[in-house]
Amino acid sequence: MDHKDYAILIVDDEPIVRESLGKWFTEEGYLVETAADGGEALDRLTQRNYDLIFLDIKMPGMSGLELQRKIRTIDANATVVIITAFASVDTAVEALKDGAHDYITKPIDPDYLSHLVEKLARQRALAAENVELKERLAGMTAHGSIMGESSAIQKLREMIATVAPNDTTVMIRGESGTGKELIARAIHAGSPRRYHPIVPINCGGLSETLLESELFGHERGAFTGAQFRRKGHLEMADGGTVFFDEIGNVSAKIQMDLLRVIESKDFFRVGGNTPVKSDFRIISATNRDLEAAVAAGSFREDLYYRLNVFSIGVPPLRERDEDVILLAQYFLSKYSASMNRVFTGFTDEARDALRQHRWPGNVRELENAIERAVVVGSPPTVGAGDLPIKPPREEIPPQDMSLEVIEVAHIRRILEQCGGNVMRAARILGIDRVTLYNKIKKFNLPR
Amino acid sequence: MDRADGSDILVVPVDCANYALLQRLTIDLHATLKHTAVVASWDLSPQFAREPARGQYNSSLILAELFRRRTDPPVRILGVTDVDLFAPVLTYVFGEAQMRGPAAVVSTFRLRPELYGLPSDAELVSRRLLVESVHELGHTAGLTHCHTPGCAMIGSTYVEEIDLKGPGLCEQCRGVFEGVWG
Repeated sequence: MDHKDYAILIVDDEPIVRESLGKWFTEEGYLVETAADGGEALDRLTQRNYDLIFLDIKMPGMSGLELQRKIRTIDANATVVIITAFASVDTAVEALKDGAHDYITKPIDPDYLSHLVEKLARQRALAAENVELKERLAGMTAHGSIMGESSAIQKLREMIATVAPNDTTVMIRGESGTGKELIARAIHAGSPRRYHPIVPINCGGLSETLLESELFGHERGAFTGAQFRRKGHLEMADGGTVFFDEIGNVSAKIQMDLLRVIESKDFFRVGGNTPVKSDFRIISATNRDLEAAVAAGSFREDLYYRLNVFSIGVPPLRERDEDVILLAQYFLSKYSASMNRVFTGFTDEARDALRQHRWPGNVRELENAIERAVVVGSPPTVGAGDLPIKPPREEIPPQDMSLEVIEVAHIRRILEQCGGNVMRAARILGIDRVTLYNKIKKFNLPR
Repeated sequence: MDRADGSDILVVPVDCANYALLQRLTIDLHATLKHTAVVASWDLSPQFAREPARGQYNSSLILAELFRRRTDPPVRILGVTDVDLFAPVLTYVFGEAQMRGPAAVVSTFRLRPELYGLPSDAELVSRRLLVESVHELGHTAGLTHCHTPGCAMIGSTYVEEIDLKGPGLCEQCRGVFEGVWG
């Protein structure tokens, strides 16, 4: 590694030590400066940062320990190595407790000194590289993943930017396939917790006992097959974020457990009797109408309010017409590259088909459609026939159907289209929510 | 005071008993650096630099004395000694040089296999002395430690590290060296 960017400050009242060490490090190629006392050292520290500071523990005026404490307030990142005589090892140990990295006794073994500084320089370079990579990764995740130019997506980005830096609990609402987990990850990436994990858990896909074990972990022997203690997702998310997907599907027992965890921030592993502490932010997502679930008594109202502190609605793709082609082009580039098939764009018919389709499966459906088109299509352009979507057809009800049958079918279709969101379905149907609830009850419709 | 008789490097014995070793060094330095070297007709006693408590000799003081005796026109003065050298804050050094200055000193004390319980090997000592001499003379040309495998300017803090490098300079170091030495 190149040493010339690594700055060393030697603080010692003995000129011979400053000269000797300074010469040694100059020969090694480091950038070296010296200071004869604490005051001069502090002056130098106001002018530039040093990667490594050698500090004599015993100096007239300001002692090495006192200077070390002042250095901490000026530049907390500087590595301090104490230089001491054998007689002052106790003081050096005190300096270590105060945050010094190491101490060396005079005279210094050149072999030890050389390796110590080389090691510290490498550590410094790695730490700097690590921070840079994390920042770059966080930037990529936070800003690069949510595509679209529509006003709805721009508003969504603004909401993410607003809520991300705060530790607020967030509820993401949207139909299946709209990218709720992507938004949760963007919020996490923009938060101070970004250097800790985001742990997603799909609450809808697991049975109650399995979900309990996944969330809280289990002790050895807690149940048949539990051969080892296992950390749960909540424990693994310590310092980071837990993302509860499909939160509306959890059972009453898990709802109660979660409420307790949110309030106390501790929990027990399954089969355990020692409380486990974990500090995590909660982001949850649902495609269900949780208000309706609360009204129906299937979701705890207290948990609902705990989770729904900041709500973000993700618009379905059909409400973002201007983003469809942009996203399609993005997926086309992505799959063209990964499958090594050179597609450059879409025919006019394919573009029309993409714009006219309702995309009930949202972005996920669009991505799958483009992936398939890249497989079956002929480069360089994707044609309408390559897309697994059918042109919209006008549905004409059979003439022998009653008005009630048509009404039931229409309400059912709109509810499905809205992913069970009664409020949105009511808006599309042009009736109020209570009326729609009454009709759902009357016709025994699933939500 | 001695003249280097037109040579570029004046090798000064500083309590160094082995004159043949010094003669060999001048030949090897010429072959390696393409600059002429000659053994001085005078020598320097290092007693003034002795530190009784450590039983070692202060290389910085020896350097200062060599610098005081520099010749005009300027040549590089390389002191070679059999005594154990230390720089004031370090337990020992193989040698020391004035960065971009005319003087350097190297010690054979820690280059001898006998110090490490091994059989004596004159050829090995001669090679190590050449490597360290080129290294210290490199510092007088302003070269800092290098990381190119084999280059004499790689820093060494124990003797086996000297054996891992050659007496020559890497392309980059040689370029700097020639720029200064001509």
